[in-house]
Amino acid sequence: MSKDSMKSNRRPIVVRRGLGETVEKPKNFKETWGKLIVYCKKYVPMVVFALIMAALGTTLQILGPNMIGQLTDEIMVGLPALADGAPIVGAIDFAAVGRIGTILIFFYSSSVITNFLQGYVLATVTQKVSKNMRTGISQKINKLPLKYFDKVAYGDILSRVTNDVDTIGSTLNQSIGSLVTSAVMFIGSGVMMFYNNWLMALTAIVTSLVGFVLMSFIMKKSQKHFARQQKDLGVVNGYIEEIFSGHTIVKAYNGGKKSKAVFDGINEDLYDSGWKSQFMSGIMMPLMMFIGNLSYVAVCVVGAALALNGYITFGVIAAFMIYIRLFTQPLAQLAQAFQNLQRTAAASERVFEFFEEQELDDESHKSMRYESVRGDIEFRGVRFGYVPERTIIHDFSANVKAGQKIAIVGPTGAGKTTIVNLLMRFYELESGEILLDDIPTSSVTRENVHSQFCMVLQDTWLFEGSVKENIVYCKEGVSDEQVVEVCKVVGLHHFIKTLPNGYDTVLGDKASLSQGQKQLITIARAMLQDTPMLILDEATSSVDTRTEHLVQAAMDKLTAGRTSFVIAHRLSTIKNADLILVLKDGDIIESGTHKELLQQDAFYADLYNSQFELAG
Amino acid sequence: MIKILRYLKLREWLMVLISIGFIITQVWLELRVPEYMAEITTLVQTPGSSLSDIWRTGRGMLLATLGSVATSIIVAFFAAVIGAGFSRSVRSLLFEKVESFSNQEVNEFSTDSLITRSTNDITQVQMIIVMGLQLLIRSPIMAVWALSRIAGQGFEWTLATAVAVFILLIMVVILMTLALPKFRIMQKLTDNMNRVTRENLTGLRVVRAYNAESYQEDKFEKANEELTDTQLFTSRAMAVAMPVITMTISGVSLAIFWIGAFLIDAAEAADRLGIFANMVVFSAYAVQVIMSFMMLVMIYIMLPRASVAAQRILEVLSTKLSILDGTVTQGKPGHEGEVVFKNVSFKYPDAAEHMLHSISFEANKGETVAFIGSTGSGKSTVVNLIPRFFDATEGEILVGGINIRDYNQETLRAKIGYVPQKATLFKGTVESNVSYGDNGRDIAEDDVKRAVSIAQGTEFVEEMDGTYEAEIAQDGQNISGGQKQRLSIARAVAWKPEIYIFDDSFSALDYKTDRVLRSALKKETAGVTSLIVAQRIGTIMDADQIIVLDEGKIVGRGRHKELLQTCEVYKQIAASQLSEEELAS
Repeated sequence: MSKDSMKSNRRPIVVRRGLGETVEKPKNFKETWGKLIVYCKKYVPMVVFALIMAALGTTLQILGPNMIGQLTDEIMVGLPALADGAPIVGAIDFAAVGRIGTILIFFYSSSVITNFLQGYVLATVTQKVSKNMRTGISQKINKLPLKYFDKVAYGDILSRVTNDVDTIGSTLNQSIGSLVTSAVMFIGSGVMMFYNNWLMALTAIVTSLVGFVLMSFIMKKSQKHFARQQKDLGVVNGYIEEIFSGHTIVKAYNGGKKSKAVFDGINEDLYDSGWKSQFMSGIMMPLMMFIGNLSYVAVCVVGAALALNGYITFGVIAAFMIYIRLFTQPLAQLAQAFQNLQRTAAASERVFEFFEEQELDDESHKSMRYESVRGDIEFRGVRFGYVPERTIIHDFSANVKAGQKIAIVGPTGAGKTTIVNLLMRFYELESGEILLDDIPTSSVTRENVHSQFCMVLQDTWLFEGSVKENIVYCKEGVSDEQVVEVCKVVGLHHFIKTLPNGYDTVLGDKASLSQGQKQLITIARAMLQDTPMLILDEATSSVDTRTEHLVQAAMDKLTAGRTSFVIAHRLSTIKNADLILVLKDGDIIESGTHKELLQQDAFYADLYNSQFELAG
Repeated sequence: MIKILRYLKLREWLMVLISIGFIITQVWLELRVPEYMAEITTLVQTPGSSLSDIWRTGRGMLLATLGSVATSIIVAFFAAVIGAGFSRSVRSLLFEKVESFSNQEVNEFSTDSLITRSTNDITQVQMIIVMGLQLLIRSPIMAVWALSRIAGQGFEWTLATAVAVFILLIMVVILMTLALPKFRIMQKLTDNMNRVTRENLTGLRVVRAYNAESYQEDKFEKANEELTDTQLFTSRAMAVAMPVITMTISGVSLAIFWIGAFLIDAAEAADRLGIFANMVVFSAYAVQVIMSFMMLVMIYIMLPRASVAAQRILEVLSTKLSILDGTVTQGKPGHEGEVVFKNVSFKYPDAAEHMLHSISFEANKGETVAFIGSTGSGKSTVVNLIPRFFDATEGEILVGGINIRDYNQETLRAKIGYVPQKATLFKGTVESNVSYGDNGRDIAEDDVKRAVSIAQGTEFVEEMDGTYEAEIAQDGQNISGGQKQRLSIARAVAWKPEIYIFDDSFSALDYKTDRVLRSALKKETAGVTSLIVAQRIGTIMDADQIIVLDEGKIVGRGRHKELLQTCEVYKQIAASQLSEEELAS
């Protein structure tokens, strides 16, 4: 992974949410939900409890309007009416009013409690599941072979940890809960309406259904605008990103006018699809309200006609006015809940896909271990390719004695870093073997192999934490004195002392270290590991030449007494190697010491001399 | 937030006005519906009403409903057009503004931040404008109108409604004070978790080599734990809200009926029917009032975020440009390809110390001048002053015999073929990248081919699928670093400038390609002045003039051989790269 591509991963992950979303469809809805349920196995009882609560609360809510109807009837007793041709005024039965009122208060407060319990439990479960998923992803990262990361961008994995898990977190909660509530409310209020009066119930249902057919028609029509808007937004954002990132070049080559013209074009497209999809989503609410009102009007008129003829009491109308709301509301919520289920599935699919990637082989059965190694290494007919179709290392054999310094040189793409990757068992060989002290590295655990080596790479990898933390890293039982000692050897001690908080200075975006200083810290880290073998992969390439001799001196100290492998771009750094292996297209084409190779006057000599030749 | 609204055009303001008219109509129609309901109630209870009376009232009710939905759709249309139109014009202004920035302004904001401001922030503001139009205007009108209608009809009912609104407000305030701080730190915790993950991903090989897997996982777990705790708290707090809102609305209906029972009982027989009808209307209005309040609260919660976004957009739009255009469109005849620095000093705006201290040198037509020095010596800064990516703080720079500040910027840049350290390619084709830019000349296909060949790219380009029309992905992600750099150099060659600027452009190439490329450049584009910033001695050994920089000062100048004798800093650099014999030779 080059430095540039790492940088490009550092771009903000643009979360596009809000304006006219299109719902992403999962590839396999049922299967993914099945996996999700299995994944949440231990929370199933809690979820079931929450769903029962939801159903209970909703039922209470549905019974409410019926009681309101009865209440209305009780009140209407107090209205003047004609009895046998003479107006009479009845007295309101306040005991009955009180009784109904109290029951309603009981209903309402119970439903608050059950709804709250449902929300609380579901929120808890959802967050716990999200947390488990994040932990799972983090652990999975370290269980996957490096091969996996060759084909997948970091940003992709990062977006699973954040965006996808977030989506699951916010949709799972809403979707399951509202699915049950809406379904119960829809069916329940339907039943209650029929229970009260079938004719009015029919009126209500028919008008709402007509409304919904109309609405789903519009929804379907609008879908393509949403998709177009999403696409246009992506194009515009992508273009902005590209042009802003290349600002210097745009300026240097007077590309401003042209890029503005391109931008105006795509901006216009976005405006067009933008307002259309915005409009579509804007009319959803009014339409919903319209359907509600339409049914309301229908129920009122039909109800009034029935009441006039004495078929029903006015209380029924009052009850229906509320039922209409309860009946139309869940339809929209159901649609929303199904969308959320889809979204959950789509996001879970990506998370599970990652979980299901093939892991490194389990090595717990391997009982052989390196204890104290001398450091003899032999490559025996090694053959390897990152992808099966393209072999990079054809037939690599080499013999290295303990304590030697081996340099691997060659043009870009010759397979230098690959050799290191194989030595560390980051990748597994296609054929051949690598032996350490005559034991194949494949016969012990990877962990055991790793602990025989320390590595310094071109990309100085530091993390946000103090200088000391960066040097100690994961090694346990390191005293402060040891850290100081190592830094003195590397030549860092003095510099660290000048930092605001010495060894406790936090390295973040603010504390700016030069490339060379960063590299020295990674060298100190490697030195502290005190392993018998050492790998330096282009460790000085990104350091400027004046700092280089500092780093070089530190590295010479590091290599003393260790079998070391050095990969270098600058040939001046490896002149003193015991053995130089010249790699070209995956094969060793020359080998020997610097002097010997120069005398051969072949590939290496050519490579070496080209550094100093004058152009002309 | 208000300030950004000035970017709405007159046409859009007119639409806003029209929308307000429609919103008022809509509110009126919506409030008519319960009144019709009251009429129906009265009809039902009044002896002797006929069915046709009910149908008539019902028709009125239906018309009011239809009218209300029609007006809402019109309002939604205007809101959508205004919102999208607004974001179109602000996005365009922002793009243009950033284009006019010099590197100084870009650095102040950082590229990432500018990108977010032009994308996410605009979307935020657009959303609030659309919602604002539909809710922010409608809700208060609805609330006030409905309140004024019911206020006169029963103090007890109004009181019940007020209590309900009050309960909801209390709840919102409590929730917000508890949850808002958590919401604020949530982003930080998410970033934190992302950072740890990113660390693990970018350092994969290190993590594995040091067997640090569990160390990383523990670190992640800590970040995960913190985030989960916060999210648990906020989502549990939100679990309170919905049930309370539902209960309050149901409770208000109950209260109104219950109170109604007493009012009716206390009233004269003749007034009872009127009170009953009012009660029905009131219960409908009360819900409207409560809903309107809730909508306002929602907007109020969203407003701060949008407001921050608006602020960030305005910051960019109101930035003063540090580099202003001149008027000269032609260099002095006879001075083509000349670059002269006269006592040039440079300081970054907020920096305490100068980056460059009185730099003077001359480069004549066709000469090669090289700059070398350690990181931070200011060698890149020197050449970046020439195309006016930054302006010198003191002294003057002449290109083609004229002060660069007097040039029209496009004229100046047309003279310069600039190649940065990090190659920048755009999505497109090989051809579109090499012929990129606008200097008044037409760059023909042959020019592109020749430029690519000089840049030593012919071999790989012709191997690509589609050769010169082969696709280049964004940021050139489908080709290697060395290939990107060669295309970037080809672009400068195709530009046919008077002056090349190579800002450490050769480091990505291997020694051999570096040398062959420079030979070809020298041969094929003789007469073009070259300014080269380099790290490798090998790259600059044959320059006509080498300028050695250290801490922003010139500490040596001359040819390679002279400098080896006279300049200590140069000697050090050379010693780290060349062998004894080569130094001696």
